[in-house]
Amino acid sequence: MQVGRVIGDVVATRKDEALTGVTLLVVQPLDPGRQPVGRAIVAADAAGAGVGEEVFFVRGREASFPFYPAEPPIDAAIVGIVDDWSTEGARP
Amino acid sequence: MIVGRVVGPLVATQKHRKFEGSKLLLVQPLGENDAPRGPALLAVDTVGAGVHEKVLVVLDGRAAGDAMQKKAAPVDAAIVGIIDRMDVA
Repeated sequence: MQVGRVIGDVVATRKDEALTGVTLLVVQPLDPGRQPVGRAIVAADAAGAGVGEEVFFVRGREASFPFYPAEPPIDAAIVGIVDDWSTEGARP
Repeated sequence: MIVGRVVGPLVATQKHRKFEGSKLLLVQPLGENDAPRGPALLAVDTVGAGVHEKVLVVLDGRAAGDAMQKKAAPVDAAIVGIIDRMDVA
């Protein structure tokens, strides 16, 4: 998984049927210093997250598991909202 | 598996139910000479690792789910070992 911040949402009317009812959010991955790292991605929301919140998301085949028995064609899903994280070990 | 160093714990109250009872740790992957390599990742800890420890991490959903002993868990990384010693010729 990776930690990121929700920076937006995506609306798509014409889409794969299995995506109906799935909230799509734009997530910017963060480094341990809470700075943006890499490209933002679009992830399905399985945690009830909102714009501005820090979240963690899972990538790959497992991203669709929260939506079982539906099998939406997604490769990233938000599976938790971050309350707090410590990154003391990141300092040399 | 990859080698990484535990950076710190992450607390999340609102999360997918398959994470209930699991400890989440932020891990910095390491390259040659233990230099940080690539972005940090979040892994489920299944062995009781602590901050600063060098650990073995599986980066595969099935393996991570197996380590948690849960089926269909939405995870893609799990700490499966604490490294005592590693020799690379």
